[in-house]
Amino acid sequence: MVKKAKKTVKRQVMFTFPEKLITEPLIYNLGIQFHVVTNIRRADVTESKGWVVLELEGDETDIEKGLAWMTGKGVRVDPVVGDIVEG
Amino acid sequence: MSYTRVLRCRKCGQEYPIKPMNLCELCLSPLEVTYDYQAMRGAVSREKFASGPISMWRYKDLLPVEDDVIDIGTGYTPLTKATNLGKELGLEQLYIKNDGVNPTYSFKDRPVSTGVTKAREFGFKAVACASTGNLAASVAAHAAKARMKAYVFVPSNTEPGKLVGAAIYGPTLVVVKGSYDDVNRLCSTLAQRYKWGFININLRPYYAEGSKTLAYEVVEQLGWRAPDCVVYPVGSGLSFTRIWKGLGELAMLGLTGPVNTHMYLVQAAGASPIVNAFQSGSQHVNPVIPNTVATSIAMGNPADGYYALKIARESEGGACAVTDEELIAGMKLLAQTEGIFAEATGGAVIASLKKLAAAGTIKKDQVTVAYITGAGPRSQEVVSDIVKPFVVEPNLESFEKVLGNEITK
Ligand SMILES: [Zn+2]
Repeated sequence: MVKKAKKTVKRQVMFTFPEKLITEPLIYNLGIQFHVVTNIRRADVTESKGWVVLELEGDETDIEKGLAWMTGKGVRVDPVVGDIVEG
Repeated sequence: MSYTRVLRCRKCGQEYPIKPMNLCELCLSPLEVTYDYQAMRGAVSREKFASGPISMWRYKDLLPVEDDVIDIGTGYTPLTKATNLGKELGLEQLYIKNDGVNPTYSFKDRPVSTGVTKAREFGFKAVACASTGNLAASVAAHAAKARMKAYVFVPSNTEPGKLVGAAIYGPTLVVVKGSYDDVNRLCSTLAQRYKWGFININLRPYYAEGSKTLAYEVVEQLGWRAPDCVVYPVGSGLSFTRIWKGLGELAMLGLTGPVNTHMYLVQAAGASPIVNAFQSGSQHVNPVIPNTVATSIAMGNPADGYYALKIARESEGGACAVTDEELIAGMKLLAQTEGIFAEATGGAVIASLKKLAAAGTIKKDQVTVAYITGAGPRSQEVVSDIVKPFVVEPNLESFEKVLGNEITK
């Protein structure tokens, strides 16, 4: 069996949390479950809403899986650079 | 040579050398080109601009480029006094800046010209972008002129007809199976992997600066005065912030008096994250999923939303959203009063102007400039219902019968 080589990458993303998820330790779990290093650079969280800008570092596939898991939890995931597709 | 100094983080002030990068390594905020204004001040004058080329490159001293530029004839577009439309809306000092007459039919030629020039200076062999319309055409055209390779990425649901405007220039056109978000994701991966000049990623700070000429030209065309009000359509918010920067620079360089311009940003109601933030009093722009016919400004996650929002507030301007129905009416109104066929985004500007004038927010004697950032033919399908011809037999009797009262005697 051939094992896929791990490829460490960095990814800058913004998470937007709906109210019901604000108190859940999602970023902590993302780090633990997917072996992703989470490095928060900017954030604003209140009781009703929240956003966090952070850099993720880890295996490319793990990051993809982790982001899919976040999305599944109801968190909106956007690239920090904003939309790249322009009209 | 240019008067460029460094890249500086808009949020935390950290400085970086002039190189291809767009985000601050510390806080991940956008970087901006800064200049040595003291040296620049000694080199520029109204007379020098006036004797320069009839294009955006008359303001080369204020742009971050070194020697040869990639010039396809962009800029110095008409500023027309809109007396008919003004009468209709109750505005006596209304001007239209018609940037749809640029070489690839939109204002994007300004930032792209600057961005691709910089790409060549940095030694890139290829430039890239992701776009369904104006940006794609402009990047492809400038790459052709620069003899560089261009990669243009489009989402798979884009109508093939929309791609002709880019394909004609011979780029490598890549249709990505998936949604807009899938294209965004792929492009950010590719931007990290390949040594390409990605126009709105690693070239973004330079790309941005070209839009300052939207301000310079208007000020020069108004006889070296800043307008009282600017009404401008906003997608990512980037060019809106650069108009403001451009106005400020002219004042700082002593070319105009102090700037008291009120900056109004316009979005389509189906993609209005910045207007939402403005109206709710929020500092943060929450992303949305865009849904509007004004595709040139249909951006759900605007990279410079925060800064555009800040300018709208600080300049005591505003933010206005209009429905697709309203913006289509705006397209027709502009065409039928001023003879200017704008793309859907321009319709949003006119529809917003109408609202702002009716509410008394923009006063009738204020010198107001409405920017038309793209030409109509690229949005033809949204107004196709306008075609309602009279059909007659090839004889006089039929003509007079069918047209009836339409005939002016
Ligand atoms: Zn910073």
